[in-house]
Amino acid sequence: MRQDRTPLVLGATLAALLAAGPLLPQWALFILTLAFARGLVALGLMLLLRAGLVSFGQALYYCLGAYAAGALGRFYGVSDIFVEMLAGGAVAALCALVLGFLLARYRGIFFGLLSLALSMILYGLIVKNEALGSTDGFNIAAASLLGWQPGEASLRYAVMAAAAVVSLAAAWLVHRYLGTPLGRLAPAIKDNEIRVEYMGASARYAVHVKYVIAAALAGVGGALAATTIGHIDPDMAYWTTSGEFIFVAILAGTRNVIAPFAAAAIYGAIYSTAYDLSPNTWQLSLGAALLALIVFLPEGLSSLLVRYARRP
Amino acid sequence: MPVVLDAKGLHKSFGAVIAASEVNAAIEKDSVVGLIGTNGAGKTTFINMITGYLKPDRGAIEFEGRDITRLPPREITRLGICRSFQIPQLYSSLTVRENMLVGLGVVLRNAGLGGFLSRRPPLVPGHGLPAEEAAARLLERFGLSEYRDRNAQALAGGVRKLLDIALAMVAKPRILLLDEPTSGVSSEEKFAIMEMVLAAVRAEGATVLFVEHDMEVVSRFAQRVLAFYDGRIIADAAPQAALSDPEVKRCVVGRRA
Amino acid sequence: MKIVNVTHGSFYALGAYAGASLTGAWIARGLPPMASYAVLAVAAVLITLVFAPAIERLILRFMYAKDEVVILLITYALFLVLEDVIKLIWGVDPYFVADPYTLLGSFSVGGMDYPTYNLILVALALLFGGGLAWLLHRTRVGKILRAVIHDPEVSRALGVNVGRYYLVTFTFGSLLAALAGSFTAPTVSVVPGLGVDVIVLSFAVVVIGGLGSLPGAALGALIVGIVRSVSVHYLPQVELFVIYFVMAMVLALRPRGLFSLEEPRKI
Repeated sequence: MRQDRTPLVLGATLAALLAAGPLLPQWALFILTLAFARGLVALGLMLLLRAGLVSFGQALYYCLGAYAAGALGRFYGVSDIFVEMLAGGAVAALCALVLGFLLARYRGIFFGLLSLALSMILYGLIVKNEALGSTDGFNIAAASLLGWQPGEASLRYAVMAAAAVVSLAAAWLVHRYLGTPLGRLAPAIKDNEIRVEYMGASARYAVHVKYVIAAALAGVGGALAATTIGHIDPDMAYWTTSGEFIFVAILAGTRNVIAPFAAAAIYGAIYSTAYDLSPNTWQLSLGAALLALIVFLPEGLSSLLVRYARRP
Repeated sequence: MPVVLDAKGLHKSFGAVIAASEVNAAIEKDSVVGLIGTNGAGKTTFINMITGYLKPDRGAIEFEGRDITRLPPREITRLGICRSFQIPQLYSSLTVRENMLVGLGVVLRNAGLGGFLSRRPPLVPGHGLPAEEAAARLLERFGLSEYRDRNAQALAGGVRKLLDIALAMVAKPRILLLDEPTSGVSSEEKFAIMEMVLAAVRAEGATVLFVEHDMEVVSRFAQRVLAFYDGRIIADAAPQAALSDPEVKRCVVGRRA
Repeated sequence: MKIVNVTHGSFYALGAYAGASLTGAWIARGLPPMASYAVLAVAAVLITLVFAPAIERLILRFMYAKDEVVILLITYALFLVLEDVIKLIWGVDPYFVADPYTLLGSFSVGGMDYPTYNLILVALALLFGGGLAWLLHRTRVGKILRAVIHDPEVSRALGVNVGRYYLVTFTFGSLLAALAGSFTAPTVSVVPGLGVDVIVLSFAVVVIGGLGSLPGAALGALIVGIVRSVSVHYLPQVELFVIYFVMAMVLALRPRGLFSLEEPRKI
């Protein structure tokens, strides 16, 4: 039996980042933190992808998480990053719990487009809402950590560290979940739902659970992104934002829980360079890159890693 | 022997097609019952109704005294009735071993085991072993060990059938319904497969109903035969009697020259 | 067609932009405004012919055999690409070409003014809906098409040129979307994001009406349209919300939509 190396790798990554962190430049810390935020959303998407479901609207929960964090600051004066992430995840999970009753019945394009539609409805609702700043959104105050307010110099590092801890812990939890009976049910649901029912399990229930978990992860990611960027706006719910998460998830593949974060980091790096070069064609580049990925590397980074591991 | 499965007055129609009409059958514990009939006679519809995939328009089905007529397939599986399919229903992208593990996982989950926080692999109820070992043993019983790591979609027809049946056995059912277990298998192998399947199944003490088109297989293995025609049961007797019944000869077996 | 097509929304947008810009140019040149209706149609046809066959032949053709998830992602990626292509060709400023709309004026119905142009839209919807139904069920081509959709392998074995059918179907389907976009253009301000909005709406229509059912789609469209108008009139803030609320209600009563097709037997 192959030994499970994932917890080790997660732990090592965490240690490395915490140690190297103070030495990294501010922009690198920024990108890393955002990579964790996006990686969390992609991790959730991965859960759904394994069951054969593509959500074109994860931005719904990403945005909910962000606005939850923002509302905490704006209306209650709370700026603790852990509370923000918790709130983001909780609000998102609650919403997914309700919406899941509808969505868990669907598969394929219907699941995809329904999730897209729901995210665009949120977008519309926020845009019409003056209290939340409409299309301008609003700013978020700098984060504090468990009562300590980091100074200007160490803020980025502190946030990155918090992000790393939460994200890698989430990855470990998802990894454990994948070893449970419900977790293992995902590829079965994708392949043959009738058999799943005949084995004594409810595919709909399993999908509902995965949907809620994915939403919670996206909510935490959204809160994290909000506090890192310092600003929230309804674009976080726009369908093209969901497209970015899809790209990261496809790039990552569905084999292991670390890949989404690596993929998100790569995406972040590409985004900053490409966007500077040609901001007006970003969607085009993203779409083209996604197409290329699907055609040439359908299993994402995970498959590269596995292939590499198998070579003698 | 007591009656474990009782179908009473089942009726099912799809528009103008009557798939089941006044179907009555009382199945005794530990019996081996053969279901025969031409295609479209209503055998699979019967199985679909028992297992909850279809709901009868009229009539009721009782399992060990309990009304299961309106229950969905997953409930009926949890109660102890499992089936195999005419066209094997497998998880095509998973290996044979992984197919078994999914099934065993569901059994664990239904018993409240194997969750998020469990440390050591729990024992699967009914098998008394952790999932990996239980899978290995079941595969061996069905002669599938050599295909352990093969993808389900790459398997040959007969092997797929066996896996389909093995998957049905994962939940240790008290009643097993086999829909054409030997179809698509060469005539030499049919007997061997039925021997193996029944030995594996009966070792667990299950009542078996099997749909079969080969009358030699039926007379060899069934203790009792239900003959279907046009949605009705036209004969219900021991194999010799049923197969020599004139109506059965006409409608099911075919007239002999 | 059993290929899951997110790109459909893009063709709606392409049709709208093409229709608006071509008609705008036509009218700006002082050419007869009454002909603008033909211009709208021509614009839709042209833009479809430019994009649809290319997409089908160059990309989709190779992907039909793949996983449903893969096809879904591919059409989504195309949707992303086309969204920017539209912006590159037409820019981000809104196009507003109301002439075909205002030209026909309005008429009074029960004390309220109803724009005559909308009658054209209704007529077109009926024409295309009816025409499609006739095509699929009464013509030889339509019957072959349904066979191809149902089982491409068997159809191929029977000698049908499945590739050509797919090409024609995809193009025709996209044309319908483009025409819808083009003829709707005079009634709205054509802006980026048109594609997504139509997906959001049409999705509710399809689900309410029932998957795979043409009369269902018609009924669904009617319901969505009425609900939308009523809500815009009385409670504009919840406009989008309301449609999906209605959808959830319909599904609670009839999980497969109002007119869903019978599921083929699987086991």
